[in-house]
Amino acid sequence: MKPRIVGDVSSLPDAAFSHRSLIWWGVLGFILIEGTVFVLAGGAYFFLMNHSTPWPPHRVPPELLLGTCFTVLMMLSEIPNVWADRAAHGEHLRQTRIGLALMTLIGLALMVIRYFEFQTLNVSWDDNAYGSIVWALLFLHTVHLVTDWVDTLVLTVFAHMHDLERTHFSDVADNCLYWHFVAIAWLPIYALLYWVPRMMK
Amino acid sequence: MTTALPREADPAEITAQHAQLTRTWGTGQSLFERLATVDHKIVARRYVITAFVFFVLAGVLALLMRIQLAQPDSHLIDPDRYNQLFTMHGTTMMFLFAVPIMEAIAVYLVPLMCGTRNISFPRLNAFSYWVFLFGGVMIWIAFLMNAGPETGWFSYVPLAGPEYSPGKRTDFWAQMVTFTEVAALAVAVELIATILKQRAPGMTLARMPLFLWAMLVTSFMVIIAMPAVMLASSFLIADRLIGTHFFNPVEGGDALLWQHLFWFFGHPEVYIIFLPALGMVSSIVITFARRTIFAYTLMVLALVTTGLLAFGLWVHHMFATGLPHLGSSFYTAASMMIAIPSGMQIFAWIATLWDGKPRFMTPLLFVIGFIVIFVLGGLTGVMLASVPLDLQLHDTYFVVAHFHYVLIGGAVFPLFAAFYYWFPKFTGRKLSERLGRWNFWLFFIGFNVTFFPMHILGLAGMPRRVYTYADGLGWESLNLLSTLGALMIGASVLLFIVNAARSLKQGEPAGDNPWGASTLEWATSSPPPPYNFMHIPVVTGREALWQPEPRQVLEGLSPAHREVLCTSALAAVPDIRQHSAEPSIWPFWTAIATAIWFIASIFDARAVLWGSLPVAVCLIAWMWPTPPRVLQQRTAP
Repeated sequence: MKPRIVGDVSSLPDAAFSHRSLIWWGVLGFILIEGTVFVLAGGAYFFLMNHSTPWPPHRVPPELLLGTCFTVLMMLSEIPNVWADRAAHGEHLRQTRIGLALMTLIGLALMVIRYFEFQTLNVSWDDNAYGSIVWALLFLHTVHLVTDWVDTLVLTVFAHMHDLERTHFSDVADNCLYWHFVAIAWLPIYALLYWVPRMMK
Repeated sequence: MTTALPREADPAEITAQHAQLTRTWGTGQSLFERLATVDHKIVARRYVITAFVFFVLAGVLALLMRIQLAQPDSHLIDPDRYNQLFTMHGTTMMFLFAVPIMEAIAVYLVPLMCGTRNISFPRLNAFSYWVFLFGGVMIWIAFLMNAGPETGWFSYVPLAGPEYSPGKRTDFWAQMVTFTEVAALAVAVELIATILKQRAPGMTLARMPLFLWAMLVTSFMVIIAMPAVMLASSFLIADRLIGTHFFNPVEGGDALLWQHLFWFFGHPEVYIIFLPALGMVSSIVITFARRTIFAYTLMVLALVTTGLLAFGLWVHHMFATGLPHLGSSFYTAASMMIAIPSGMQIFAWIATLWDGKPRFMTPLLFVIGFIVIFVLGGLTGVMLASVPLDLQLHDTYFVVAHFHYVLIGGAVFPLFAAFYYWFPKFTGRKLSERLGRWNFWLFFIGFNVTFFPMHILGLAGMPRRVYTYADGLGWESLNLLSTLGALMIGASVLLFIVNAARSLKQGEPAGDNPWGASTLEWATSSPPPPYNFMHIPVVTGREALWQPEPRQVLEGLSPAHREVLCTSALAAVPDIRQHSAEPSIWPFWTAIATAIWFIASIFDARAVLWGSLPVAVCLIAWMWPTPPRVLQQRTAP
């Protein structure tokens, strides 16, 4: 029997924000995957900590200065990030462009700090298991920082080359969502790397 | 589009739309188009065939091992080669066959069952296949060059560490894990997004076919479980290549960290393989019993419960490592508890068949084989969950018997049922029923002849992974029997291949819905057209195609460019017309760059850094947004 056409979807919009958009679900899926990686790596940190006293084995925790600078800047970056997110939701082209450019610059600054942060850990990855897990956690977070920075850079370049449609604004909003993840995921890692060794000393 | 609704689809309009939709969604014959295709059916077909080839290769390794063990004091295969054989057998079966083939079938079926035109992230899907292929080919080339891994499929440290496994063998293994898990994770994200956002209007969560539920739960499990093994294998390769100490007790590391991370993945892995199989079984039982499933809500709850409990079991693989007693008791309880949701589902299938009008055709035969064998495997599982017995039987052939009953019973039998059931949809032709019955009985008898004696061998003390055994231990005749059984399984699989090859050309034409099934994949032609559905189906009940005629559909998706309908996640109300990605060669190049990255880092640790650059370039080319000018052209009338 021939099917009966009971409705027409041609008047529906062709892009939307947040949970109405397919890409948002994809971003969420990857956040869940990478969040699991962070949780498991954190678990490995505690597992190794229980097998080694003192912690750190040579009693010298990482220097506080650069790690804390990074943390402060990372948290402050949430202000332009939220602003860019709102601009994207409101489909304001100029503000979105400014927000993206700002986020690219902040990301760059964060990466520079991170480069030096690796040198103030006071341990190498091949010294002992403590060094291995500390480097692993910082490396994992850096991978996310760099990945999201490249994504932000691409969107910034694109936004300055073209006018944006709703689907692009939605991409920008999803990028802001991912940045929230990169920022929030840093806080427990910061505590693990910089404060747990100080509490255990 | 101005005609009043509802109305009947006009045949002339259907012909015109078919031509236009085929141009929009079709894949041409040129090499470039084949490499660039993002059609989920083409990608899934490649995935299924590749995974099946790995199944056959791993099966050949199993036969070699059985021939070696057929008689005592055999020196056909030397110990080192034997170590590689069982490692490659387990690794290939678990990483390159079992999980990939379940996901591959889902990649084919989920969009069709949802009533949508393509999977949620078609390019990611293409990328996933290439990465899987390259990882599998890499480890098999290594094996053929005598650099195959030799430390078992779970690669325990310290055996797999830098001290006891020098050379590159374990490094290939660790990178193979990375390849396959990247592929599996990508598919999991696609499936979740497809199931939650692309279901046909009206297909609320409460009307979702059990196969979709099974895949939804499985995909979430993949997302939680697979990162553990990626992390573990990255730690392992770092220990081996750049001198980290994660698993080195001398420098504060711990070998048990490996076991925890591995089994936090490894146990859920079993259910990641098993849950899709349960979904397949439910589909087949409903169709061949010709009634709705008994206790649908409980079935869904059983799937979800299994998914949750599966994460509370991993330590039962580690009872022999001297854990605290309280911990062991907890994991014993959890291991026994998971038998409850599994048992509930088995009762529900039996009840469905009991109350239905069952047609005992090949798919149903394999399902019944599954029930029998899986229950036996479940029983030995409950036995092994008890710590004293586990300590006695640890590392014996009893365990080998147990997990082959669970995995072959729980996954391979349903898989063969699925092949017979969905082959007509994949190809347009039915498999031969006569050969199918031979296929089934050879497999069922061969399976039990192979693996049942292993229970007794294990109780008699025969350890796993020995390349030979001395004469006079009383293990001779049972081992010979087991080898004969293995040859029967081999013959059965060969028969299946013959059946498939013959039926592709000469099989009975199937038509759209040869079994009178109720799910949406049967609402389109066999094989489905590149665009899956001309009109988006509307679902009005749990068994979509068993609702009163005529079928209801929606119009309004553009035939001129790639659009899919997104609906709300819970109630499946039409929401937006989402653009679906065009074919692109970049997922292929990204996969090549990824393969170079992963393989180069085995030989040069700095490749972890420089190898990521080509990947980044390819990813940017792949993901570069479509400029607004192109978008406007697309939406212009």
